[in-house]
Amino acid sequence: MLSISNVDKRYPNGLLALAGLDLAVAEGEILAIVGGSGCGKSTLLRLISGLDTPTAGTVGLEGTPVRAPRPEIGLVFQEPRLMPWLTIDQNVAFGIRHLPVVEQKARVSETLARVGLASHVGHWPRELSGGQAQRVALARALVGRPKVLLLDEPFSALDALTRSDLQDHLLELWAYDRPTMILVTHDIEEALVLADRVVVMQPDPGRVRVEVTPPLARPRDRLDTEFLEWKYRLLGELDHASRRKTGDETFPAVAI
Amino acid sequence: MSSVDSVAVPSRGAALPPRRVGAKWLIGFILPLGLALAWETAVALKWADGRLLPTPSRVIGTLVGLARTGELTAHVLATLQRVALGFGFGVTAGTVLGAVSGYWTLARRLIDPMLQALRNIPSIAWVPMFILWFGIFETSKVILIAVGVFFPIYLSLSGAILGVDRKLVEVGRIFRFSHREMITRILLPATLPAYVISLRSGLGLGWMFVVAAEFMGAEEGLGFLLVDGQQTGRPAVILASITAFAVLGKITDWLLASVSARFLTWQDSFKAAE
Ligand SMILES: Nc1ncnc2c1ncn2[C@@H]1O[C@H](COP(=O)(O)OP(=O)(O)OP(=O)(O)O)[C@@H](O)[C@H]1O
Ligand SMILES: [Mg+2]
Repeated sequence: MLSISNVDKRYPNGLLALAGLDLAVAEGEILAIVGGSGCGKSTLLRLISGLDTPTAGTVGLEGTPVRAPRPEIGLVFQEPRLMPWLTIDQNVAFGIRHLPVVEQKARVSETLARVGLASHVGHWPRELSGGQAQRVALARALVGRPKVLLLDEPFSALDALTRSDLQDHLLELWAYDRPTMILVTHDIEEALVLADRVVVMQPDPGRVRVEVTPPLARPRDRLDTEFLEWKYRLLGELDHASRRKTGDETFPAVAI
Repeated sequence: MSSVDSVAVPSRGAALPPRRVGAKWLIGFILPLGLALAWETAVALKWADGRLLPTPSRVIGTLVGLARTGELTAHVLATLQRVALGFGFGVTAGTVLGAVSGYWTLARRLIDPMLQALRNIPSIAWVPMFILWFGIFETSKVILIAVGVFFPIYLSLSGAILGVDRKLVEVGRIFRFSHREMITRILLPATLPAYVISLRSGLGLGWMFVVAAEFMGAEEGLGFLLVDGQQTGRPAVILASITAFAVLGKITDWLLASVSARFLTWQDSFKAAE
């Protein structure tokens, strides 16, 4: 459904952020992208969402190239980015502003209920906690029912408990429309809880190091031994990936 | 699993204790009233001579006298009209040019350097030129005030537009906002706080420049009253005029602030809780 082929991205300052990146994502798949800071994860999401265009190569959605933002693609930024001058519900309605007002209202309150914030209609963004603001941002992306949902470290600013709550919650939300989901994260556990497939990226320039499809049953148990095994295997990969070209390739991947 | 925040939130404002707004507000009166009372007593007890600095009661008496004859109204109206016209023109020009140069790079490159250079000329320095061009009457006065009002509005609006958070603009791009939507739904609200502040400082400058304008020759106006009081050696008239300026300046600023406050309730400033 989504195909990224041979994509390079060079920023105007000359920095090559992505080089020769290939990735195909199937409809309804949940893909996690992990990698160290600065390896081009956000850059990749910006290209897929159409906010930026690749320097070379193509990003295609259902056979047509993505050159500008499209209604079928939703993006949740690394920060909530709510408009401080709009109430929570008005912020969410941003995504469906072309619909008749009555329908907007219904869809907004339905979506806010889904993220557990139905009681916050009419509140201002400044009255929210970080996690609540992030959920409003999620609602804003979901309300237009995108076919592809891109999430850039949506839970990174949260404590471990709220975060695992929200991860479970995200899976419930996914079950409504089953959008294709691409989730960028620093957190291997998060990737393994949520994703069908995990892509590990490596920097300088950003590219795919390895892709794995862990055959773990759902719902996933964070303390299951098989889960932990995968967690350590991926940690090893990540460790390798972030070891810049020092020739230190003898470092063994941690295996249990 | 979905334990995520389903706790009901109390309806807004329900739990707020009743606030004693009056008390806070009155504190500001203690100092000026105290000083006025002290001076009044000092002169009454002949500790001081109130000739060069008339007592508050004499100033009020002068004001009342001017009001009785209808002179005060005429002066106030003349001054108000000049400020209103000058402010109106200054705000219009500052808003249009500020918006254009903030939003449109080419226009900014074209007009901004020139305006920045002109800005460094003290507006009063234009007075001789304005008098030559527009005569000594209303036009030159209104233009002087408009020039004074123009710059703070132009500078802060164009600066505010340039400074709008790229991150919020990107949200607009993701939802495929047209240029118009980008302006009305993001740029306008984002720049409103800075714009309101510039309106208020522009108005303050308007009141400042109306005095300068009326100094350069006028038959009426509070500035004329100042000059008249000086030339006829009546300090009470000067102070009466200054009082009138203070009251008018405060009222117009308060009007502007309270009208704009309705649009800025969302602001999360450190004063919001007060
Ligand atoms: N607008 C830009 N102009 C120039 N260079 C940029 C720009 N944005 C990002 N970069 C560079 O591109 C590289 C990849 O950045 P990117 O934001 O995609 O990283 P990331 O993987 O999302 O990192 P993090 O995990 O810290 O968010 C970094 O080296 C960064 O310095
Ligand atoms: Mg990033």
